[in-house]
Amino acid sequence: MNCIIIDDEETARVIIRTLCDEIGNLTIIDEFPNAIQAIKFLNENEIDLIFLDIHMPDFSGLDFIKALKNPPKIILTTSDTKFAIEAFEYDCIIDYLLKPIERPRFEKAILKTKKHQAVNTSNTSIADLNHKNDFYVNIDRRLIKIDLPEIYLIEAKGDYIHIKTEDKNYVVHSTLKKIEEKLPESLFLKVHRSYIINVKKIIDIEDNSVLIKKDVIPVSRSNRPELMKRLDLL
Amino acid sequence: MEQPNLIYIDKLANGDESVKKRLIEIIKTEFPKEKKEYLLSLENLDYKKIEENVHKLKHKISILGLEKSYEIANKFEHKLRDQRLIDSKSFEGILIKISEYLKTI
Repeated sequence: MNCIIIDDEETARVIIRTLCDEIGNLTIIDEFPNAIQAIKFLNENEIDLIFLDIHMPDFSGLDFIKALKNPPKIILTTSDTKFAIEAFEYDCIIDYLLKPIERPRFEKAILKTKKHQAVNTSNTSIADLNHKNDFYVNIDRRLIKIDLPEIYLIEAKGDYIHIKTEDKNYVVHSTLKKIEEKLPESLFLKVHRSYIINVKKIIDIEDNSVLIKKDVIPVSRSNRPELMKRLDLL
Repeated sequence: MEQPNLIYIDKLANGDESVKKRLIEIIKTEFPKEKKEYLLSLENLDYKKIEENVHKLKHKISILGLEKSYEIANKFEHKLRDQRLIDSKSFEGILIKISEYLKTI
C-alpha cells in the first residue's frame, strides 16, 4: 500500500514512519506538514492510504477530506477524541488513532485497512470476470460499440473522456473513474489521474512516461511500481 | 511528582538506537519552538493560537510520559475555547519541567 502522512508536527510524522517501517507492504511515498501541499500532491498521484492529523492550523483534516473528490482510505491521527463521532460519517475513514500512537493499536488499524482493501479487491476480481470484450458508448444519442482490445488510450479532459482506438477517437461525456470500472484490469491501467492505458499497446517506457502509438503519456510516481509489475521483463 | 521519561520512545524504538536518537533530536528541536510560539501567542492574548499551541505541545507531554500533566494541558486547552486562561501557570510549570529534562537527554 502506498501511503502519505499529513501532520504539522515532525515528531508525529517520524513516529508514524517508524511504525510503518516495521510493517511489510506499507510504503510511505511522501509526508506533508499541511493539507494544502498534500492536495497538490494528490492531484498528480494516486495513493492507497493517508495518515491524517485532524488538528492542523488553517486547514483541518476534516476540511481536507471534504476538499477531495475521491478520497483514498484514511486513518485519522489526533490527540483529541472530540472529532470521533463526526469522523465516522465519512466512508473513507477506516480508523481513528489517538496520539501518542501505541504499536498494537497501530497494527490493528493497518490490519483493518488491509481487510478493507482485500474486500474491495475481491469485488474487483468478480467484476473483472464479468467483463466482456466490448462496451457501448452514447455519442449524439447513438450507442456505439467499442472493442476493448482496440482501445489504446483513454484521456480525461474536463467533463469528457477521449477514447482512442486503432481506427477512431471517441469523445464521451463521462469520467475516468466510471470507465475504469468497466475495463478489465488485466488489460488496462490508470497510470496518471488523467490517463488510462492499454498495457499491451505500450511501445516503450522512459522514467516518468510511456509511449503508446504516437502519444507520450505521463506516469505518476505512485503508479510506476504497478506498471513495472505488469510488464513482462526479460 | 511525575517526571518526564523515555518509556514511550524506548517502546517505539524497539531497541533501534538510531530511531530513539532521531526522535529525541526532533523533540529537542521542535519543543523550544513550540514553547516560544505558545509564549508569543500568550503575550498577544490570541486565544485561538494559544489553543493550537497547547494542542501541539500536548503530544510532546504525552510522549514524555507525563500523564497527569497531559490532563492539565487538556483541561487548559478546553478552557481556552471559552477564552479562559485559568491554568496557564500550571501549564507553564509543565513546559519548564520538560525544558529542564530535555537538557539532560
